[in-house]
Amino acid sequence: MAILLSLPILGLLLLVQTTIVSRIPLLHGTADLILLALMAWALQKRNKSSWHWAIVGGALVSIASGLPLGIPLLGYGLANGMALVVRRFIWQVPILAMFVVTILGTIITHIVSIVALSLMGVTIPLSQALISITLPSGVLNLLAALPAYAILTDIARWLYPETIQV
Amino acid sequence: MNTTSRNLQTIVFVLIGIGLIALALGGYLTPLSRIIVNPFVGAQTWISERYQAMVSLLTAPQDVLRLRQRNLELEAEVSRLQAQIIELQQRLSETNILSALVDFARANPENQYQAAAVIARDPSPFLQYVIINRGSDDGLQRGMPVVTQQGLVGRIAAVTAGAARVQMITDPASSVNVRIEPSKAQAVLSGQLSGDIFLEMIPQGASVNAGDLVLTSGLGGGYPPNILIGQVTGIRSRDQDLFQRGTVQPVVDFSNLEIVLVITNFKPIDINPLIPTPGAP
Repeated sequence: MAILLSLPILGLLLLVQTTIVSRIPLLHGTADLILLALMAWALQKRNKSSWHWAIVGGALVSIASGLPLGIPLLGYGLANGMALVVRRFIWQVPILAMFVVTILGTIITHIVSIVALSLMGVTIPLSQALISITLPSGVLNLLAALPAYAILTDIARWLYPETIQV
Repeated sequence: MNTTSRNLQTIVFVLIGIGLIALALGGYLTPLSRIIVNPFVGAQTWISERYQAMVSLLTAPQDVLRLRQRNLELEAEVSRLQAQIIELQQRLSETNILSALVDFARANPENQYQAAAVIARDPSPFLQYVIINRGSDDGLQRGMPVVTQQGLVGRIAAVTAGAARVQMITDPASSVNVRIEPSKAQAVLSGQLSGDIFLEMIPQGASVNAGDLVLTSGLGGGYPPNILIGQVTGIRSRDQDLFQRGTVQPVVDFSNLEIVLVITNFKPIDINPLIPTPGAP
């Protein structure tokens, strides 16, 4: 069920991302709704489908983006792995974990993009990328992290209701 | 006797009546009637006002309900009209853009155009791509140049049946062979991560100044010649460099692209097989 649900949710987020969010930059950075959804989903305790979600999200963005095929998949995959590790260490304060994985996820996906574009021969000045894209994107992602976490937590509760032992 | 006196009384009454009517018609009874009628009218007014007040009190809730309903209807009407105004303004804006594009197409009759709306942007902030709502079903192919009435936007990088991805000239991976007017110097225009565009490879001897126009040169076969790109805003020339560099102010506002034209009769030429590679005979 959770795997099936990933397609409409991430598809809708991609739609909003490409039509609205990508048109609202801070300097040259934009929020990444797919990344936020994946990070929030990976932090859900009872969830076991975060890898599937990362693959679906990566595949969808690969189709929509001009980045080399598979690069978003790699970026989101690495970010998802990092989020699962963070969940193990900061499991008692999920909000803090969400902020941490948002920042780290932004950095990971951007590093993967920069490396891929550099390998393709595109000149990417690192300081400019950091100041005008990665940092503003991180700020926007942090702003959207809390609502994203709240919505994904509600979906997780609906999908995996808590069992009470009597 | 009784009959005679009764008749007499009747006649007297009739005469008094006629007399009173005659006096009233003559206006002689007006002060008297005022004295009698005024209190009556006053009483009438008082009673009528109380009655109206009572009626209002009893019927007021119905009126308020009706007024509220009417108010809601009018508010809905206002909202509908406001939405209509916004829609009409949007249509007017689109019509203005389309009109300018038609003018541009008429001014350049050598090209065939396909108009397309910009529907999305690339999700990656590292890339300057837009997605348009026309694809291979409309005859679009990879490499076709994309323009607006102002100037060059970029070229199609990928096509699906119903949509195409356009690489704008501001993309860091984009490079366009250009000519600078009036000096006719050749240069290469490159996009940057910041969305700005720069001139590179300007020969040291070329006299290029701020305000010069930058147009496509057509060299390399990637773009048709003579499409306006922008104006030179600054030149950096150092003796130790092989080439001069310059900054360009594009004529197209890349952040507010709505409708673009794809030049469909231009076939890009792939010159890569002609470029000699080391080791090739």
